[in-house]
Order: sequence, then structure tokens, then C-alpha cells
Amino acid sequence: MRYLLRRLGFFVLTLWAAMTLNFFIPRLMPGSPEEALRERLSKGGSVVTADQLRTVLAEFGFEPDKNIVLQYLEYLKAMVTGHWGVSIGSSLGVPVTTLIGDALPWTLGLVGIATVLAFAIGTLIGTVAGWRRGGLIDGILPPVFIVTSALPYFWVALLFISLFAIGDHPILPNDFNYDQGLTPGFNGEFILSVLKHGILPAGTILITAVGGWILTMRNNMVTTLAEDYVRMARAKGIPSRRIMFGYAGRNAFLPNLSGFAMSLGFVISGTILVEYVFNYPGLGYMFYNATVSTDYPLLQALFLLVTLAVLICVLLCDFAVFLLDPRARTKG
Amino acid sequence: MSAIVAGTAAPTTAATRRPRGGLFRAVLHNRKAMVGAALLLLFILLAAFPHLFVPWLHGDPRAIGDTPLAKPSGAHWLGTTGLGQDVYAELVYSTRESLVIAIVAGLGATILSVIIGVSAAYLGGFADDGLSMLTDVFLVLPTFPLIIVLATYAGKGNLTVIIIVLILTGWSYGARQMRAQALSLRNRDFLESARVRGERSSYIIVVEVLPTMTSLIVANFLGAALYSVLTAAGLQFLGLGDPNSLSWGTMLYWAQNQGALVNGLPAWALSPGLAVALLGVSFALLNYAFDEISNPALRPVRRRRARSAS
Repeated sequence: MRYLLRRLGFFVLTLWAAMTLNFFIPRLMPGSPEEALRERLSKGGSVVTADQLRTVLAEFGFEPDKNIVLQYLEYLKAMVTGHWGVSIGSSLGVPVTTLIGDALPWTLGLVGIATVLAFAIGTLIGTVAGWRRGGLIDGILPPVFIVTSALPYFWVALLFISLFAIGDHPILPNDFNYDQGLTPGFNGEFILSVLKHGILPAGTILITAVGGWILTMRNNMVTTLAEDYVRMARAKGIPSRRIMFGYAGRNAFLPNLSGFAMSLGFVISGTILVEYVFNYPGLGYMFYNATVSTDYPLLQALFLLVTLAVLICVLLCDFAVFLLDPRARTKG
Repeated sequence: MSAIVAGTAAPTTAATRRPRGGLFRAVLHNRKAMVGAALLLLFILLAAFPHLFVPWLHGDPRAIGDTPLAKPSGAHWLGTTGLGQDVYAELVYSTRESLVIAIVAGLGATILSVIIGVSAAYLGGFADDGLSMLTDVFLVLPTFPLIIVLATYAGKGNLTVIIIVLILTGWSYGARQMRAQALSLRNRDFLESARVRGERSSYIIVVEVLPTMTSLIVANFLGAALYSVLTAAGLQFLGLGDPNSLSWGTMLYWAQNQGALVNGLPAWALSPGLAVALLGVSFALLNYAFDEISNPALRPVRRRRARSAS
């Protein structure tokens, strides 16, 4: 129980740290959101009055004259209660939550599936490679995947585009999430289009992410196979397959599981680049657009959301480790 | 960026007692390390003497030419950009900045992780709890979005800002490993005897603890450098670097902006990324080799022996 409480404490602490960073970075850095907003509002030729500016800024939580401690507390309250303000970027005035709500399913679907697949495939191959150490798989795959794991996400994406999506006979589309001529709906044509548009981005994430899992799992497996309980299992004549998955694999898997949650931060960074290259209208692309148009409220909310997503995954993995590993339960 | 998880081999203490020069010899006998080192050496040469690789170029590698968007040919090995600049010359001259970012940011992050990791393990108690917590928080915070946010606010294109941000976001992974290994060393006899001799803590850490951690520190540097190369290229690719600088990421940015792929110039769009990838691969190969050196269990075995064992 103490283990879980400690992990919950960590969850709250990190979330607080993220929100605090979010609060202080814009206030410490040069180039205030005030100016960005003034620029944007007056772009259409209309002159913005100081009052209007102040109202919009206040909506976002920027009240420069107020005591910073009070500002901070109010900001924390707004963040926790989901009052994330309105966009000051290209979709001026739209609540940030609405914008995020539109993009979220695409990223969740694309990145979620690709990441889980990469993890599952990588772990499986890693288990087998570690088990047959020095075998055929182990001889070929690790060097190959050292190489793929060092490839930049965007480069793989560009390579895929030039291979499959450009030329006289493009096999697959290279941008957006579905054919823009279609109306979204639950029909075969639309679903097929979504799948087609998802293959290249998902493949990019899969190829760059899977190598890390194979290598860590293989190394964990090699270390675990030297343990006495594996030798004991062998001596007792337990079938190889059961030793591989039930004895060695299960134990080698635990550090990988916590690594999985930790690595999500990296996956998200890759997502920004991948979605940018493919113009895929998910959160990563939105993040990029928010940077370009200095849309501070949106940027803030997205950063918070991403941190929250990683933290929830860390917490879920902690629960899983708690269930799988008796040591975590007793050690506290 | 997932490559960073590649080096998670549990730090072992097997590397602690090795004769002098063993590390060097171990590198020479590891094929992955040799390939990685050869690649790295090539990039160092490119960065140090770019003019040797483009001898016909006199002056600025970014000089605007009169044949824009040319396909690769004898005169322009990799074609030209939208402004008629020679892609090959730009590529060669860009090595320097990309390599400098990798090495400076990698070194900075490694130093920071050694300081925080070793002092956490050595001080113990509350200091350890605090530092470990800090490490874990930084480990979980999504770094790339954080970098983008920082780079946006801090003004785009400043190289120093990029390097500082890379250091601040890249140290946590190594600190955790450092702490784990330093913890396993803490109660060894040779440290105890140093304490009994009455040596200062700083002396013990620098002269007794750090040398035994060399291979882990080197592996860490390589991991951090890999992370820096990929992240910096990604940032510049998104247009958050200095658009006038000579670096691979910036080349990619212009290639993307001027529609290199759509214009049928894959050599221009892909070669800077390939350079980033190759530099990354050299760091990753060396990193993995150092894992094998510090943990003999991970080394490849001869197939015959493996068969009889299983």
C-alpha cells in the first residue's frame, strides 16, 4: 500500500511541477503574450483598445498588475478545474478545450495503436532474441535495430513519403487524416480512407520505436537467464517455452514496463514531428501550429495535457507492476 | 529518440576492476564499437576540414548559384536548392554545427547527471530522496514539447539557448543510472579504506569513485549526444533554429519549405536527414558497445556455444 501511495504522491508532485513550469516560463521569458496578442488582434487592420486587450488576457489568466502569488494560485485553480482559456492563435476566441477535443481522438488512435504495437512486438522479439542468445535472430536483429532506433522520426517519415506517396503512382496518401472529399461517418469508405492515411505515420512511429524495446528486452532477458531460478526451472525439467515466458520473460518484462511509461515522453516528441510531416491534424500538429502562431493558452494546455497523459501511463504501469511483482507489494 | 531507452542494461559492477588500458582494448575488439568509431571519425574530419571534402568550392558554401532546383549531376553531386546552392557543399559544411551541438550538449548533460547522480548516492538520506525525486520528475516531463515551449519563448534560433535547453532536459536519464551504480559502490572496501585514511569526500568522489564508473559515464555521454543530435535536428527542422545557420536541421527546414520532395529532389530532402541518422547511428553503436563492455553478459557469444547451452 505504501508503494502505491508513494507513486500517487509522485504523480501529484510532477503534475504540480509541470503546471508551475507552465506558469513561470512565459513570465520569465522575453516576448510577452500581450504583444503577440496585440499583433494578432490588430492584424485585420482593427485597432485594439487597451481594455479589450486586458479582457482577453484576463481570460487567459494574465493580469500583469496583480500580485504574482495570487496570480499563481488562481492559475492553479483554473488549470485543475479545466478552465484552460481561449485560443489567441489562428482560431481566435475558440475555447482551448474544444480545439483539443477535436484533435485528441486522431492522436490517441494513431499514436496509441502504433506505440502499443511497437511495445508488444518489440518485447516479443526481444524475448526470443535473448532466449536464443547467439542464435540467428540475435545475430541479425540487434545491430539492425540499433540503427533504426537512431533514425530521426522525421527522416523516416520523409523517406516513406518519397518511397510510397510521391511519383506517378503514389500508393498511399501523404497528408491529412482522411480524404477531404468524404464526410466523416461510420461507413466503409470513410474507415478505409482513415486507415490508408494512417499507415505511413503509424509505420514511421512503429519503425523508430520498436528497436528500443527489442534491445532493452533482449538485454533484460540475458541478465535474467543467468538467475538461479531459471537454472532451477531447467533442472526440474519444466518445458522450455514455459521457462521462456513464465520464468525469464515475466521477470525481464518488469523493468521494460516501467521503461514503457517513461518512454512515452519520447514518443510524444516523435509524434509532433511525424504529424507535422504528414499534416496529420492531431495534437502534435496542433502543438506545432500553436508555436508558430504563439498561441500561449493553447501551448500551455497542450503541454499540461501531454504531461498528464504521460503521468497517467506511468501510474497505470505502476499499478501493473504492483499486480505482477510481489516484491513491490511487500517492500513498500 | 527512443534510442535512449536502448542503453538500459542494468549497471553492473563487473567493470570495476580492470587493468589499465582495458577499456581501449575492449573497444578495439568490439565490432559495433569499431563501426561506430569509424563513422564518428569521419564526421569529425568533415567538421574539422570541410574544405578538403569540397575542394572546388571557394568561398561561401551557401553562395547562390544560377541553376536552382537542379537534379543531382556531375557538377552538383546532390543537386541544388531553390536558390541554386550546392546541396553537397552545404551538407559538408553543416557537419560542424551539428557535431558541436551534439558534443557540447552531450558533455553538459553528462556532467550534470554525474554531479546529481553521484551526490545523491553519496550523500544519502534526505538529499538522496530530494535529488532522486527531482530526477524522476525531469525523467517524466515530456522533454520535446518542453523544449519547443522554451525555444519559442526564449526567442527562436539562438544556438546557446538550444544547447542549454538540451542540457537541462537531457540529464535525468543518466543521473538515475549514475546513482544506481554509485550506490552499489558506496560500501566497497576501497572506499572504506579511503575514508579511514581520512580523505575528503571530494577527493574520494573524484579519485576513487569516478574512475571506476568510466564506462558508464562514456556510455551516458554517447546516449546524451545521440539525444541532442536528434532533438536539435528536430527543432531546426520545425523552424525553431536559426534559419541562416549552416546545419543539417536547417537544411531540412528549407528543403521542406521549398517542397524538395514534391519537386522531385529526394536527394536534397533526404541527405541531411541521412547525415543526422548516420551520426546518430555512430553514437548508438558506440553506446551499445559500451554497454557490452561494462556488462560482459550482453556480449555476443559464438553460436556453437550458445547451442550447447540451450
